[in-house]
Amino acid sequence: MTTTCPIPIQQYPHVLLAHGGGGKLMHQLLEKIFLPAFGNPSLEARHDSAVLAFPTKRLAFTTDSYVVRPIFFPGGDIGSLAVYGTVNDLAMSGARPLYLSAGFILEEGLPMETLWRVVCSMKEAAQRCGVQIATGDTKVVDKGKGDGLFINTAGIGVIEHALTIAPQSIRPGDAVLVSGDLGRHGMAVMAVREGLQFESAIESDSAPLADLVLKLLEAGIEIHCLRDLTRGGLASALNEIAETAKARIAVEEKLIPVREDVHAACEILGLDPLYVACEGRFVAFVAAKDAERAAAIMGAHASGQGTAIIGKVLDDSSGDVILKSKIGASRILDMPSGEQLPRIC
Amino acid sequence: MKYVDEYRGADAAQQLAREIHRVTTRPWMVMEVCGGQTHAIVKFGIDELLPESITLIHGPGCPVCVTPLELIDKALEIASRPGVIFCSFGDMLRVPGSTTDLLSVKAKGGDVRIVYSPLDALKVAEQNPEKEVVFFAVGFETTAPATAMAVYQAAKKGIKNFSLLVSHVLVPPAMEMLLSSPECRVQGFLAAGHVCTVMGYTEYEPIAAKYRVPIVVTGFEPLDILQGVLMCVRQLEEGRAEVENQYARSVRRQGNQPAQELIRQVFQIVPRKWRGVGEIPRSGLGLSEPYAAFDAEQRFGVAGQSTAEPSECLSGLVLQGRIKPHECPAFGTRCTPEHPLGATMVSSEGACAAYYRYRRHTVANG
Repeated sequence: MTTTCPIPIQQYPHVLLAHGGGGKLMHQLLEKIFLPAFGNPSLEARHDSAVLAFPTKRLAFTTDSYVVRPIFFPGGDIGSLAVYGTVNDLAMSGARPLYLSAGFILEEGLPMETLWRVVCSMKEAAQRCGVQIATGDTKVVDKGKGDGLFINTAGIGVIEHALTIAPQSIRPGDAVLVSGDLGRHGMAVMAVREGLQFESAIESDSAPLADLVLKLLEAGIEIHCLRDLTRGGLASALNEIAETAKARIAVEEKLIPVREDVHAACEILGLDPLYVACEGRFVAFVAAKDAERAAAIMGAHASGQGTAIIGKVLDDSSGDVILKSKIGASRILDMPSGEQLPRIC
Repeated sequence: MKYVDEYRGADAAQQLAREIHRVTTRPWMVMEVCGGQTHAIVKFGIDELLPESITLIHGPGCPVCVTPLELIDKALEIASRPGVIFCSFGDMLRVPGSTTDLLSVKAKGGDVRIVYSPLDALKVAEQNPEKEVVFFAVGFETTAPATAMAVYQAAKKGIKNFSLLVSHVLVPPAMEMLLSSPECRVQGFLAAGHVCTVMGYTEYEPIAAKYRVPIVVTGFEPLDILQGVLMCVRQLEEGRAEVENQYARSVRRQGNQPAQELIRQVFQIVPRKWRGVGEIPRSGLGLSEPYAAFDAEQRFGVAGQSTAEPSECLSGLVLQGRIKPHECPAFGTRCTPEHPLGATMVSSEGACAAYYRYRRHTVANG
């Protein structure tokens, strides 16, 4: 990612407490950094809240906070993550994302250059997703109390379909699909943190998923449940869904796509790719009759390269996830206990 | 991935399994010594591929699991002191001591750091000269050379703010202790492949001869373990009691001699308490006299503390192979990875943790 615009606040190379104080410096931060980057009618109204018009449909509403370290990593940064992550949560309900809010907690001393890079990255990501950042907030905390930069985004989208996309809709016989290979985001961040250098740099898979989901809906695919894979990876997502839906899910290890370099990095560090975070991947539960069609649509989309059908829902209410290992024996694929990799999103 | 994928092939695994079925005519009890092997067996479901007449017993080869309670308590005490950076392998962080664990000490503000190598801990000491850096040296002979190297380099560079809490343990004395017990039902062993990569396997030859048990040095991938079991069962069926090497791509009979030399220089053999088992003479490594200044127990004045083990945890019986994890009354109820009673439930190589993660369901259904 390259910054094409020069930073507009030259005389304050670092964020000061005053930039969060509500006075002239904060005003300058808004006018010079946030408004030019995110510019849209709602923000430009400069009012306490954005007043938005919605058609009378169901709305999807979500929020997420971003604390990833390092701030910049191969394949993305905290800013693009903050936009795609929230857009993707809306997409998991089959919503068309429209508006985001962006709350920033900045640490005194954060280089203004860093803030500008992050904000530019958010602008590009928002444009790519067709969303507007309609409202926001900035606070500055004392040096030593904030680790650089934290972002919270909330998002609103409209639901234009009649399905109930949720764990409760899952049925025995449903096919389980994953939208691409696993573990790139977690390993990309881990590699930077641990100072590991692989011959081919692993890049985060951070990417927007809304467009792909909308294509599936347009094609009339009977989607029962969607979940994007973040911390805890595939194993977490499947376990959460199995428990909520009181379903038993069976997947096969040999069908689950993991790229060789991610697999190798995991082997070296003793991690299991099934538990490593992704940022631009989701798991889909669709009616068995639509499985092949869904796989074809997903595989043809830029955000769905490497889509695979990895298993199915069994006729059982145990709430477990069963994995058939590569050598043919079965075991439980459990929920991870505790933090495999801290602060990766 | 080279050296990994070839040893996980489904067809080869099925072939080895069929051969094991073919040669097995009687029930046999085989112990895999190393926790890493236990983990692989349960994770890949290898024991599901074996004939019912072969019972795999999980041995005490999990160094985290056998670290005595009092040493964990000493670690916690040292890690809680201001001005200390406590470095450890990740596994140790959740092992419960008498009242707390390293992760909780970290949450309360202790500087506890995960390292992948003792040399990383030495680097931390070099980068933080005003702090005392302590490394929790846990492991069998496998990790001893790296620990020895860290001490050796610290001495050479004159690094004063570095010390180690040493808990290294040795496999052969543990095996002898198991075999000399009248309740021992183990008839053959899969010896730990990485321990033997360092130490070679000459130490096992007198054990095989004295107790008339086959010992097969075995690796960690599914095909290694299946082949190791096959070789062991063949010996049992033929009435042989020899040391064989399945893990030939990594292990030589003499082992890694420079590593052994370094271990001999930095360490001396000491008695060591094994959690859940008790003291085994000449079963541990402690710092030798020239390197005694690096001993954290002396430096922090915690030597001589002693703690009694809680009675409910049966990890000792699990480690000796006398019960399986799910036969413990607390398994999965009062003892889970989230609130473990003992180290075998916490360590990623612990037999109880492996059973809980991968087998809970089948075990619950009998």
